[in-house]
Amino acid sequence: MPVPRLSRCLWRPMRFCLSLLARVQAANWTLGLYHGVGRNPPAPRSSDTKRARDSREPNRSQICRSDVYLLFAFMNELNIENLHIAVNGQEIVRGLTLRVPRGEVHALMGPNGSGKSTLAKVLAGHPDYQVTAGRVLMDGENLLELEPDERARRGLFLAFQYPSEIPGVTIANFLRAALQSRVPEGEELEATDYYAKLYEKMELLGMDRSFTSRAVNEGFSGGEKKRAEILQLAMLEPKYAVLDETDSGLDIDALKTVAHGVNSLRGPDLGILLITHYQRLLNYIVPDYVHVMVGGRIVRSGRKELALELEERGYDWAREGAVEPAFR
Amino acid sequence: MKTETSAVNIDRSKGDFFYPEAHVRDAGAGLSERTVRYISDVKEDPDWVREFRLRGLKTFLEKPLPTHWASKDLEAIDFDKIRYYLSPGTETKRSWEEVPDDIKRTFERLGIPEQERKFLAGVEAQFDSEAVYSNIKKAVGEQGVIFVGSTEGLKNYPEIFRKWFGKVIPIADNKFSALNSAVFSGGSFIYVPPGVKVKHPLQAYFRINAENFGQFERTLIIADEGSEVTYMEGCTAPKFNTPTLHSAVVELVALKGAKIQYITVQNWASNVFNLVTKRGLAQENAEVKWIDCNIGSRLTMKYPSVIMKGRKARGEVLSIALANDGQHQDTGAKMIHAADETTSNIISKSISIGKGRATYRGLVHVPKHLKNCKNNTECDALLINSTSRTDTYPAITVRGTGNAVQHEASVSQVSAEQIFYMQQRGLSEAQAMSLSVNGFVNDLVRQFPMEYSVELKRLIELEMEGSVG
Ligand SMILES: Nc1ncnc2c1ncn2[C@@H]1O[C@H](COP(=O)(O)OP(=O)(O)OP(=O)(O)O)[C@@H](O)[C@H]1O
Ligand SMILES: [Mg+2]
Repeated sequence: MPVPRLSRCLWRPMRFCLSLLARVQAANWTLGLYHGVGRNPPAPRSSDTKRARDSREPNRSQICRSDVYLLFAFMNELNIENLHIAVNGQEIVRGLTLRVPRGEVHALMGPNGSGKSTLAKVLAGHPDYQVTAGRVLMDGENLLELEPDERARRGLFLAFQYPSEIPGVTIANFLRAALQSRVPEGEELEATDYYAKLYEKMELLGMDRSFTSRAVNEGFSGGEKKRAEILQLAMLEPKYAVLDETDSGLDIDALKTVAHGVNSLRGPDLGILLITHYQRLLNYIVPDYVHVMVGGRIVRSGRKELALELEERGYDWAREGAVEPAFR
Repeated sequence: MKTETSAVNIDRSKGDFFYPEAHVRDAGAGLSERTVRYISDVKEDPDWVREFRLRGLKTFLEKPLPTHWASKDLEAIDFDKIRYYLSPGTETKRSWEEVPDDIKRTFERLGIPEQERKFLAGVEAQFDSEAVYSNIKKAVGEQGVIFVGSTEGLKNYPEIFRKWFGKVIPIADNKFSALNSAVFSGGSFIYVPPGVKVKHPLQAYFRINAENFGQFERTLIIADEGSEVTYMEGCTAPKFNTPTLHSAVVELVALKGAKIQYITVQNWASNVFNLVTKRGLAQENAEVKWIDCNIGSRLTMKYPSVIMKGRKARGEVLSIALANDGQHQDTGAKMIHAADETTSNIISKSISIGKGRATYRGLVHVPKHLKNCKNNTECDALLINSTSRTDTYPAITVRGTGNAVQHEASVSQVSAEQIFYMQQRGLSEAQAMSLSVNGFVNDLVRQFPMEYSVELKRLIELEMEGSVG
């Protein structure tokens, strides 16, 4: 239908500009609140001078820099704001706020049933879940109004906790079709380049070449499935990747290989949300931040040490520290 | 519109067009002895064919519609409204230049002349009732291979033609074989001499252009001892508002040690009743293989069969049926074992989309006195939506000792999770579905000739695009 699509085309950049303006204007007074509870923690990295995320009273030059940062960050982050998710009328995620800028790895931990996978699936656009409040912006764009495949093509990747099997469709053909969907219409993916890249990534992940001719996930062992998810991540080169318990089911060697694979993909262009139960993975993929999710909300955020502390003290401790978010 | 270069250009975007009719011969609507005589007169039938037709008509009128086991939808065919014979009144041409412009245009749009140049050993093109073009490569003709229309076959090669015509499929086999026997026109006659192996496929293309029309081609292929031939047929028709009838009879005869491979990819418009009888006879050590892909049509009833009459004869049916919304693919296979050590193989895959319905009917018959016969039957159904439907009716009678039969059937459904998974990788819903459908038929399609598997894949994609919002 050309008519609504056209209006959407115009509406999007317009709204984008408007919200951008509003943002920059609001930058001064938001700055303090920006690092309140429920927001990403304030601790800046020493290397990260550009990010003046400091809760001290900002001086004038800092504000200016922050303005620029906000403008910049706004376009280069996955921004989840006060998200509420329900399934069959039952609320599972209850006011979750989280920002994952590109270039950072954020670990998300939390007890079984706390809503981590639900969050991941909603980000990817799963039809079974209803977003009852809040919004999600990917590079400033309203993610929630896009179809799942559009989100994927614009740079969102989800490594599933339980990947589906696609009988009869080989990994090679599947990934080829996925990449083909990203090139402009009428253009054909270069086959030799494609296979060269595929083999290179498989080698990186220690996968045997015979996997290319096996049907996607069909008859794969648990660990093989997880590895195949990371292979797809490596091939599709998204801007944001949500890895849902990619470490579960991996043996110690596989864990190292997969972690090595993920680390090799880390860089300024990729933001990662790493869902895991185990501190062990974080030894290999060292996160920039760790968030603890309980009952559909982030109850604690911190640097990588938080994971260690959590392991020691457990979720009850994390829950105790929970403070109602500063605002919704 | 530029035509593409693939084996069977029969996607609907290409097939759904028609040019104004310019028929010189028209038997009018309705079926009576007069109609049958008119056809005989126009075609200058020899007496035995005239008689054959009249017997066909009598049997057709006597036999009831098989609605006690088949679809009630058959009752929607109004036999009095159908036109049974339409032809431009010209001879079959040997070169495209001589084919009347308006008809040539149709086939050029479907890409037939181009494919002929590229990879076919011979082509026959039928427009409504008659073959308008038929030609085979010189080298193939020089080996003694005959490839002509059925009318020409029965006139110019009566010794071979008459010997086998109506023998594999008798007039009274079923109501529609009787109908075909009464009004048949067009189709191919092929004879391959002993020991000759025709390397490239021979192709026939059947085109319905007229509304309210019935196409009744009749094909007879005889592969003499030790010879080999592959025949491919493609079919299209534009979408009219009234039902169109396609009711062919195809008889194959593979003499001792011969091999016949018969490939069909048809993509009928959704108003076509496609009721076709296909049967092959395999003598000692001979092989008959049907590759049958049914896409489109309102109702297809087709059960390619092989009678294995000689020792060590082999029969095979590989079929794919795709039933979209409002369509019913009632297909299957029959394997009649009539000699020792005969083997047969049936692999059937059906896909039902939306409210589409696929039915598999299989018959395997091994009588008690036979030894060391084998049959393998696999039928798999894929349901795309929860409203899709599939039914399986296998009838396997295997008696005697040392005869082995293996039967596997499965029904699977494309789950919402699978589609979501594929969408998460960037594929649209339609792409995701066509990928899973292609995955479902993949191991079967791999056994098809290249040109056909590529074309089939494309057809499935088109079909899935049309079926998703
Ligand atoms: N489709 C659904 N229908 C009904 N309930 C659901 C559905 N999806 C999730 N839930 C429920 O929502 C809650 C959160 O599930 P979710 O899978 O998000 O948890 P999780 O944090 O990923 O847990 P785990 O660590 O075990 O993977 C659970 O109680 C689960 O049963
Ligand atoms: Mg989970």
